[in-house]
Amino acid sequence: METYDVITGNDAVAWGARLSRVEVIAAYPITPQTTIVEKLAEWVDKGEIDARYIAVESEHSAMSAAMGASAAGARAFTATSSQGFLYMFEMISWAAGARTPVVMAVVNRALGPPWNIWSEHTDALMARDTGWIQFWASNNQEALDSIIQAYRVAEDKKVILPAMVMLGGFVLSHTAMPVRIHDQDKVDQYLPPYSPPHYVLNPKLSEPFAYGNILFPWDYAKVRLSIQRAMENSVDVIKKAAREFQEIFGIWHGDLIKEAYTDNAEMLIFALGAVAEQAEATAELLRKKGYKVGVVKVRVTRPFPKHEIAKLANKVSRIIVIDRDISFGWDGILAGEIKATLHEHNVDTPVTTKIMGIGGDDILPDHIEKAVKEVYNK
Amino acid sequence: MVKTILDELIEANEFLLPGNTACPGCGSTLALRYVLKALGKNTVLVIPASCSSVYQAIYPKVSFKVITYNVAFASAAALASGVKQALVKKGYDNVNVAVWGGDGGLIDIGAATVSGAAERNEDIFVFVYDNEAYMNTGIQRSGSTPPGARTTTTPLGKIVGFKKPMSFLMLLHGVPYVATASIAYPTDLYEKVKRAKDVKGFKFIHIFSPCPPGWRFDDSKTIEVARLAVETGYWILWEGGYRDGKINLTLSPPSRPYKDPSKRKPLEEFLKYQGRFRGFDERSLKKLRDWIEYQWNFINSFT
Repeated sequence: METYDVITGNDAVAWGARLSRVEVIAAYPITPQTTIVEKLAEWVDKGEIDARYIAVESEHSAMSAAMGASAAGARAFTATSSQGFLYMFEMISWAAGARTPVVMAVVNRALGPPWNIWSEHTDALMARDTGWIQFWASNNQEALDSIIQAYRVAEDKKVILPAMVMLGGFVLSHTAMPVRIHDQDKVDQYLPPYSPPHYVLNPKLSEPFAYGNILFPWDYAKVRLSIQRAMENSVDVIKKAAREFQEIFGIWHGDLIKEAYTDNAEMLIFALGAVAEQAEATAELLRKKGYKVGVVKVRVTRPFPKHEIAKLANKVSRIIVIDRDISFGWDGILAGEIKATLHEHNVDTPVTTKIMGIGGDDILPDHIEKAVKEVYNK
Repeated sequence: MVKTILDELIEANEFLLPGNTACPGCGSTLALRYVLKALGKNTVLVIPASCSSVYQAIYPKVSFKVITYNVAFASAAALASGVKQALVKKGYDNVNVAVWGGDGGLIDIGAATVSGAAERNEDIFVFVYDNEAYMNTGIQRSGSTPPGARTTTTPLGKIVGFKKPMSFLMLLHGVPYVATASIAYPTDLYEKVKRAKDVKGFKFIHIFSPCPPGWRFDDSKTIEVARLAVETGYWILWEGGYRDGKINLTLSPPSRPYKDPSKRKPLEEFLKYQGRFRGFDERSLKKLRDWIEYQWNFINSFT
């Protein structure tokens, strides 16, 4: 039976994992992620979910244990943030190379030093070259739903790649909102049990084999190319997963992107996660004031929605990208990706980067409005 | 006629196939051969970066006849924990999940992970084949290199540091099974692995494994060097574990005579074969003797 509750983003993520019937959870605490795995540990201890919880001694081990469990055929989950994310980075890359469809929640937090526990997107964006599918949740309902969708996509035979679901530290992780907690039967219908077509550590295999041993360059390149192909395949899989989610649950979070107020827009704002949600609310106000502004939530950063973005960008005369992150010596990270996309597609719409909210500084509608007006009237 | 344990070892199925790419005289492959004979078919090997990630052979060939999963250097014990938990969750209760790695992977870079898995008492095996340096990368010093030994990063001999007593550390974690072994005593190793198979929980087996190119001795002398390590009291064979509020430790038969220092062969006999100890000075010799003394004192405090 579906219920409604007012819960934090982290509780929503925990519910997403619970409804996905995760079988092995391996995790290590870090603010602001911790309450996700605390909730899951509590449910495991009370017997409310039938999963194994491995309380590892580091994030590196959290990802190691999760991908080991996935390789042995279990649906595995972990969660982290910021420094923890960087500490496990080696295994993030390994999990993708090993094609273990782990799902991980990443509660975005600024990197040290200096110490800062508040929201920033630089952490997860650093992993965009690892072979993980990347979802960005813009509200708590989307956080819950994206975990379920992430398993659906990650475990698809045409994909078999790990997926991470991002949510802004504190902005979503510790902010309570009304969330619908879905009926378990419906989730089971949407997300069947994990039954990998070929999992490597299956003791029933008649002939054992070695996995991940040394390959010469020509064979290695083929294996790495298969990751690129899987990423390309995942575009349609993500779209289908979003569509079927809407059919079963009646909720549309977008697929690779979500548009708002883009009809007749003269200018578009691009952003990730809760920043995009804020931009959407601001656009509503600006529309009332006569500004033809639309918002594109970039919901997935890998695979990058190049065609979708280029198509929308081609229809407008100005673009701003709000980045709660930075690639030092280059640009806002999302802005850099969008500029490359437009160049690839011969779209010459000018792009302005607005870097805001670094280290958790509030991004208020006033800030977005000011940025829009600056560019709009140019 | 009654079968001896040696007969059993010889007759047990082979899971290390001929044609692997190990160096001549490799101690590690001998150790793995005996370990796999004892573990049997129902085994998943988890292998961190090490010589064994190379000598298992290059794709598409493989010389191990058990499921083998190659993993990142520092990840093995945590990854094996995940594998074991998932297999149990899936109803495969009796699969031996075994980490197989060197001292670099399991005593240095992956030590925290081994410690974590031990503390959680994961139902896995961790086998260290200790060749006392980073051999796969070309003989660099590790935390398990003995005082005085020359490596490419200690060209004058290891001056800073002791030899990390990883098996003692494991024993003090309070895990149910810890043992040391040596390739010179195959039946002792074989029997230890068989006994460990009956133990539920964390099992740590530390195997002394000479490396001819790394220690600079002739590759026909591997067994001799390994045997001398025991006969001089340098490497001590024992097994133990935690039970009912107490740590138990017993000396294994091959090492029992050497509890009495007068029965030990002179340490120089062990050192003289090995180029890594060439030019060994008095100060290093004293440090090495102190280290041996420390080991025996530790062990005698339990027996």
